[in-house]
Amino acid sequence: MTVTVNGESRELREGLTIAQLLVLLGTAQTGIAVACNDAVVRRSTFGEYRIAHGDRIEVIQAVAGG
Amino acid sequence: MNDVLRIGTLEFASRLIVGTGKYPSLEVMQAAHAASGAQMVTVAIRRIALDDPSGKTLLDYIDRSRLTILPNTAGCYTARDAVLTAQLARELLQTDLVKLEVIGDAQTLHPDPRATLEAAERLVADGFTVLPYVGDDPIVCRQLEEIGCAAVMPLAAPIGSGLGVCNPYSIRIIKERAKVPVIVDAGVGTASDAAIAMELGVDALLMNTGIAAARNPVLMAHAMRRAVEAGRMAYLAGRMAKRLYASASSPMENLIAVEEA
Repeated sequence: MTVTVNGESRELREGLTIAQLLVLLGTAQTGIAVACNDAVVRRSTFGEYRIAHGDRIEVIQAVAGG
Repeated sequence: MNDVLRIGTLEFASRLIVGTGKYPSLEVMQAAHAASGAQMVTVAIRRIALDDPSGKTLLDYIDRSRLTILPNTAGCYTARDAVLTAQLARELLQTDLVKLEVIGDAQTLHPDPRATLEAAERLVADGFTVLPYVGDDPIVCRQLEEIGCAAVMPLAAPIGSGLGVCNPYSIRIIKERAKVPVIVDAGVGTASDAAIAMELGVDALLMNTGIAAARNPVLMAHAMRRAVEAGRMAYLAGRMAKRLYASASSPMENLIAVEEA
């Protein structure tokens, strides 16, 4: 399936969860937050939330700013 | 002197809020935060770099047992983006505080009043404690307060301009009418700017570039801390009236008379 992660198109296997995606990306599971199709995905559901074809995923962190 | 700053349900002894951006290093940022005496700092929210292995991150340099984090929605040009950014920040940081920024123009970085009002309304309804960045317009400030924002944050001058308070009269009008705290945010460049802003009677100042872009940020942070305190004390002390003509400070009686030789 094709999804967009942080603006980049990615081919992922069907049924991948957010937790599995983060492992795939080499991203820590803490210090980040995730939205899928403009809705926040709660951290406690990362293991169950299955990504679907065409989903737009944002993985964000806190950075320096005023 | 018990002069506590109250924002929403939070209380602060310091009336200086500082940003985390533009420092020469995170170590300097951390030292500047300590020197400033600030008890609340802002952070921005951005996509992670997917190909970048995570080393030390910003949050490693902020002691959350001492500092309250205020996430901002900097970089958002629409209410929709600002609302999602705030919601992500809340999930990430487990706070319902948000510095709401919805920008109208990349050169001035002035807030878009209509989009700010729309985002503020949605965020207040979603349980956020909203601190909106706003122009020095008393009407927009009143509207944000009516929506339920926990404070209003009018700019002194454009972000990062260092011009100081450009329109003290507007700021005074905003402070006179507001029932929520007024936090002057953006444009403070040096200590005297900070003191002048506080002497207008506002409740707090938020600054980033004024400290971070100083030649010696840690020293400037010390200066800003004292300037905010001095300006606040001068305001509470009640300044003398200005006069056009002199009023002698020494007595006019019992003057020595010297005979002309």
